[in-house]
Amino acid sequence: MKKHYKMVDLDCANCAAKMEDAIKKIDGVKDATVSFMTQKLILDADDARYDEILKQVLKVCKKVEPDCTIQL
Amino acid sequence: MTGKQKKMLARILASAVLLIAAAFVPAKGWARLILFLVPYGVIGWDVLWRAVRNISHGQVFDENFLMSIATVGAFFTGEYPEAVAVMLFYQVGELFQSYAVGRSRQSISALMDIRPDYANLEKDGELIQVDPEEVQIGQEIVVKAGEKIPLDGVVVEGSSLIDTSSLTGESLPREVHAGSDIISGCVNQSGLLKVRVTKEFGESTVAKILDLVENSSSKKAKAENFITKFARYYTPFVVLGAALLAVIPPLFLNGAWSEWIHRALIFLVISCPCALVISVPLSFFGGIGGASKQGILVKGSNYLEALAKTQIVVFDKTGTLTKGSFQVTAVHPDKVSKRQLLEFAALAECYSDHPISRSLKEAYDCEPDRSRVRDVKEISGHGVQAVVDGKQISAGNNKLMQQIGAEWRECHHAGTIVHVAVDGEYAGHIVISDQVKEDSEEAIAALKRQGISKTVMLTGDAKSVGEKVAAQLGLDEVHAELLPGDKVEQVEALLRQKTGAGQLAFVGDGINDAPVLSRADIGIAMGGLGSDAAIEAADIVLMDDKPSKIALAIKISQKTLRIVRQNIIFALSVKALVLFLGAVGAANMWEAVFADVGVSVIAILNATRALKTEKE
Repeated sequence: MKKHYKMVDLDCANCAAKMEDAIKKIDGVKDATVSFMTQKLILDADDARYDEILKQVLKVCKKVEPDCTIQL
Repeated sequence: MTGKQKKMLARILASAVLLIAAAFVPAKGWARLILFLVPYGVIGWDVLWRAVRNISHGQVFDENFLMSIATVGAFFTGEYPEAVAVMLFYQVGELFQSYAVGRSRQSISALMDIRPDYANLEKDGELIQVDPEEVQIGQEIVVKAGEKIPLDGVVVEGSSLIDTSSLTGESLPREVHAGSDIISGCVNQSGLLKVRVTKEFGESTVAKILDLVENSSSKKAKAENFITKFARYYTPFVVLGAALLAVIPPLFLNGAWSEWIHRALIFLVISCPCALVISVPLSFFGGIGGASKQGILVKGSNYLEALAKTQIVVFDKTGTLTKGSFQVTAVHPDKVSKRQLLEFAALAECYSDHPISRSLKEAYDCEPDRSRVRDVKEISGHGVQAVVDGKQISAGNNKLMQQIGAEWRECHHAGTIVHVAVDGEYAGHIVISDQVKEDSEEAIAALKRQGISKTVMLTGDAKSVGEKVAAQLGLDEVHAELLPGDKVEQVEALLRQKTGAGQLAFVGDGINDAPVLSRADIGIAMGGLGSDAAIEAADIVLMDDKPSKIALAIKISQKTLRIVRQNIIFALSVKALVLFLGAVGAANMWEAVFADVGVSVIAILNATRALKTEKE
C-alpha cells in the first residue's frame, strides 16, 4: 500500500534525509520518501502490517525531529 | 513571510542590537560575560533547548547540537562576540533558507492550484456544489465563467474561451463549443458551459497531473543521492576531526589547550552539510517547477538529470511531428479553376463522412448546396461518382480514373491523391496529407543547435511520405513502414549507437508507442493529444504537444544540472579550504561562519535560479 502524508513544520533538509533513511530501515517498509521540498512523506509498506509500521514511522520521525508532525 | 519567520526576524534584530550595544560597554570579567549572554540567550535559546532534547533521543550529530557546542565552547575560550555572532548568523541563515524554500514552494504550488474544489451538478432545476470525486461518468455538470473545469468531458451546450495556461503554458485561450472535448484543470473564461463527464475524477487529466507532480520527488537524481550519502559521512568525519584536533596536539605535542580547542570549534561550525543538502534538491525542484510552468511535466529529478545528457532524439511521426489530421495541401487543376475543382470534389463527396471527404469539405469552406447533387454512388476502394449541375463527376483514386477511362496523371506530392473527372474527362487532382506542425522544423533545428548528435524519425506511414517529411524537417535518419514491434527494434539498435553517458529520448503520442516510450532512456509523451497509456509510460509529458518544447526541456535540464554542479563544487571547496585553514590556525570564527551560513545562502540563491526559465 502506498500513501501520502503531509508533514507539518519539517524545517530542515538534513532531518528530512535522516528521517527517510530511518524509515527505510523499518522492517516491512518497501520504500519511503521524505520530501523536504513538498513537505510530504510517501510511504510504501506491507498491507497486512501497515498500521503497525505506520506507528513505528511516527516514532522514528519524532525521534529525529520532535517539532515535526505527520498529518494522518 | 509566515508568523514564525517574522518572530525569528524580530529575535535576530533584537539580538543584533543587543550584541552591538554589548560591544560598546567597557565591562570586564563576569559583567562582560553576562552582557554577551543576553543577546546569546535571545537568539539561541531554542537551539540549545533542541540540542539537549535531541541528545536525549540519541540524535548526536544534529545541527543544533553542533551549533551549541561551537558557541558554548567559544564562550569558554573567551570569544564572547564571536560566540553570539556564530549563533546569530546561524539563525539568519536558517531564516533565509526557510524564506527562500517557502518562496520556491509557493511558485510551484501555483501549479498545484489546478485542483478543482467542486463541481456544479444540476438537480431539480437547481445547481448544487458537489465534490468532483462524487460525479459519475455520463452526468452533466455546469461550469460557470471563471470556474475551473473539474472533470474531463464533452461540451453539450454553450460556447466559451478556455484558459489552458496552467496546464500547457500556452497563453492563447482555446475556443470550445458543443461537441468539443475539454480537459479538467483549465479555466472557463467567458460563457456558461454544460459538460457531459467522460471520466471519473481519479482518471481525469487534473488528477493524473497532480499525482505526477506529487510523486516526482520520489524519483531522485544521482546527484541528490550522492549528497545525502555524502552528508551522512561528512558530519561525523568533521566532528571526529574536531575532537582529535582539540585533544591530540595539547596532549602529545605540547600545544596550548585554548588554541587547539578554538581550532576544533571552527571545525564544528563548518560541520553542517546544510548548504549542500538543501541546495541540490532545491535546484532540481526548481528545474522541475520551471519546466512545468512551460507545460513540460517531468516525473522525477532523475529524468531531468538524464535529459541533460541527451544524445539521440527519436520521433514518432504522426501526432508528434505532424498534426495527425488530414488537410488539403495542394490543388492541381487541369482546364478548370482551383476553386471549381475543389467545388466539384466537395459536392461529389458531400454525403460521405470519410476523413478525406471531411477535409475536402473543410477546404471548400462553405456548406455544399446538396440540391445541386444527385445520383451519388460510392464505389468502395475507388471513390465517389455523382451528378453535379447535370455533369457527371467522378472523384477518387487512379483505379477509378482507369475504370472510367480518364487520362489521369501522377502527382509529385506525397499524400493521398483525389483525382477528379468531369463527364469522363480528367479535370485535375487534389492532394490531401497530414500537416507538419508549425514548430516541428524549428524544434529539430533547436535540438541540432544544442548539440544533439542525431535526430531520427520512425513511422508506420509509407516510405514516400516519411522521407518527404524527414527531408522537410531536416532529420538525420528516417525509418518508414514500421509496425509497432519494429519501432522497439529500431530504438534498441539506436540505443547501441550512443556513446559514453549519452541518453536516447523517444518522443511519441499514440497507444502503440507505450512500449517504445518505456524502452528508451527517456520517454517523452505528447500530453494533450496523447493516449493515457503513453502518458503513463512516459517520463516527461509535453502538455501542449509542441515538439519545440523538447529543446526547451533539454535547456532547462542542462541549466539545472549546471547549477547543481556549481553548488556542489563551490560548497565543497569553500568548506575544505576553511577546514584546512582552521586546522593550521589561519582561519577564525568569522571565516567559519561564512563557510557555513554564507555558503548556504549563496548556494540557495543560486539554486532558486533554476526556477526561472526564459523562453527562447
